[in-house]
Amino acid sequence: MRVVVAVLVAAIMLLSLAGTGTGQQRVSITYWQYFFESKVKLVDQLIKEFEAQNPGIQVVHENFPYDAYNQKVASAVPAGQGPDVINLFYGWVPLYVDSRYLQPLPADAFPPAQIEREFVPMIKNSKFDGKYWALPTAVRSLALFYNMDLLRAAGFGRAPVTWDEFVTMAERTTVRDSAGRITVEGFGISPDGQDHHLIREVLFRQWGVAPYSADGRRVTYATPKGAEALKWYTDLVTQRKVGVIGFFPGGSGYRDAFMAGRAAMIVDGSFAIASVRSRTKAAWGVAPLPRPSVGGEASNFGSYWVHGLTTRAQGPRREAAVKFLQFLVSEPVQRRWLESVGELPSRRSLINDPKLTADPIFGPFIQGLGYARATFFIDEVAQRQVIVDAVNEVVVNGKSPMQALQEAAAKEQKILDEFWAKRARK
Amino acid sequence: MPGLQLGTRRALWAYAFLLVPLAFFLAIRVAPAVSSLYISLHEWNVISPEKPFVGLRNFVTLSRDPKFAQAAVNTVRYVLAGIPVQLALGLAVAMLLRRINRFRGVFRALYFLPFVTPIVAASWVWQWMYSEQFGPLNQILVALGLPAQPFLRSPTQALYGVTAMVVWQYLGFQVVIFLAGLEAIPRAYYEAAQVDGASGWYLFRHITVPLLNPTLVFSAVYSTIVYLQLFTQVLNMTFGDQGGPLAGTLTMVLYVYQLGFQRFKMGEAAAATAVLFVAILAITLLQMRVLSRPVEY
Repeated sequence: MRVVVAVLVAAIMLLSLAGTGTGQQRVSITYWQYFFESKVKLVDQLIKEFEAQNPGIQVVHENFPYDAYNQKVASAVPAGQGPDVINLFYGWVPLYVDSRYLQPLPADAFPPAQIEREFVPMIKNSKFDGKYWALPTAVRSLALFYNMDLLRAAGFGRAPVTWDEFVTMAERTTVRDSAGRITVEGFGISPDGQDHHLIREVLFRQWGVAPYSADGRRVTYATPKGAEALKWYTDLVTQRKVGVIGFFPGGSGYRDAFMAGRAAMIVDGSFAIASVRSRTKAAWGVAPLPRPSVGGEASNFGSYWVHGLTTRAQGPRREAAVKFLQFLVSEPVQRRWLESVGELPSRRSLINDPKLTADPIFGPFIQGLGYARATFFIDEVAQRQVIVDAVNEVVVNGKSPMQALQEAAAKEQKILDEFWAKRARK
Repeated sequence: MPGLQLGTRRALWAYAFLLVPLAFFLAIRVAPAVSSLYISLHEWNVISPEKPFVGLRNFVTLSRDPKFAQAAVNTVRYVLAGIPVQLALGLAVAMLLRRINRFRGVFRALYFLPFVTPIVAASWVWQWMYSEQFGPLNQILVALGLPAQPFLRSPTQALYGVTAMVVWQYLGFQVVIFLAGLEAIPRAYYEAAQVDGASGWYLFRHITVPLLNPTLVFSAVYSTIVYLQLFTQVLNMTFGDQGGPLAGTLTMVLYVYQLGFQRFKMGEAAAATAVLFVAILAITLLQMRVLSRPVEY
């Protein structure tokens, strides 16, 4: 008994010595991200390295399930707890800023001109109120996944480059049963998957329509050209009959169909690589999104999760948090993020790295980053629904693409107007 | 407590024990309901520490929201389509089960099985059954030479597709409730009526139905609440386009969830909850008043 007490006393003394003995106070900051196993493991490792480089800083890493993330933020912040550095979806930046939860990135540590020079172009879309509030370590873009076996069997030796080629290949790979029902889709169409992004940021732009005004406040896609773009897309179901919406059930049914060899091509994000790799039996490949013509306008949609500084980080904690944030978005960390998590780097220096652009799987996605745009969403769920509904109005209800698009634009404009009106009241 | 009488002391102890579940009920049920009512009068984006008071603005916004109106209309459709079918089928199966002596337990268990099957899993299986390309329902239609149906992909059919799944799920429960109700009707009434020459429909109409009234009222009230609160089945059967297509399956609760937890409009979500609460309360009271007819023979 006496021995135990002695050991305990000694331990306590040692611990208290360790606390004061270094002479400088150790700053402890907290980092939050949602739970995703490979990210959590990597960040744990990265923190060890960061702490070794910065002996005065301790980083506490906490995670929460994705579904409870915002609620967790909501309950921790008013209680004066919570993180100094936080990971959030870029579409939530306005929400977090309006809740006075983020502080702008200090211009001395993160000069805006340098950000725009060093990061992929779509970073500009996360500027809010003229300031940068957060930066991404990794980004995602879209590309065309294709089933090599199915394309080869239909006599095609490569992925399509233009949308015309794409349609021909989709038509030739589509298989129907005796009742005329599709059993293999040429294109795994999915407006509620990634296709609503495809329509918004790729098809509209390639058809010569900017979907929104430069300040993001006005919806501008309801034009004859926009309707043509939508018609091209809905024709895939109604005229060309190369795909069926809801072919496989579920939110990622199009991907399930692809992995099961039931869809020759799909448009999906880089985040799908891991599951496609582990579950697709057929030979498959990735190609950049097709264009209207050879050498025609290339476009892509990108999205990302950003790291921001919370208003809680003040004084020495702010300094430490800035250092940690700089570390998180640094080039070496981004390289490791790609290797262990499979998410694309956000720095131009890396997306121009020939070793990465030549990668057969990551390459096409990385290429897409050069011209990808991130939609300035203020209510992604509702804005997504608007496009999904527009497609259904044409495909299911037989409305004209122009009418469907006009209704969609009116609905989306209302969402944007409400948001800005609410802001103006504050 | 020496000064107190034994009876008083016992009563005090009883109250002390009753306080525990009461506290639990207040904390888990009443407090969130009150706080939801409070939020419905405020603007709150889930993460902001500030919740400015906005009076009835959330309710006004909702009243102008076509999606909310559609969710409300759909919810009424679910109730009107689901409950008569569920009650009629449940009563029919219960009466059939009472006629058989062998395997009654087996049949009862079979009917009850869907009720204890996880809703999410069942929803996904039903989604596949409805598939236009691969579902058995359409295989049957096609084999019969009928055109394949879009089911869940059709804004008009999808709601009834979901309703069928909910009826299937609650049928066993309904049967068990009716069986208990039927057992409680004394045989003597039937025998007396049969002696007087009554049979079949007449027995059902004048003995079974009136004496089953308490069970019928309970079933109607209970299942109305179930249908008014539909959520999991709809969410999972329309997972990519939740409540779709074109909001054809959207329910009030699903819309509350979308408003509050996906679009961060907690004030409006809480206001919608308040509307739903009032609706459920009003419908339940109305049902109990209209349907409840105490019968004595």
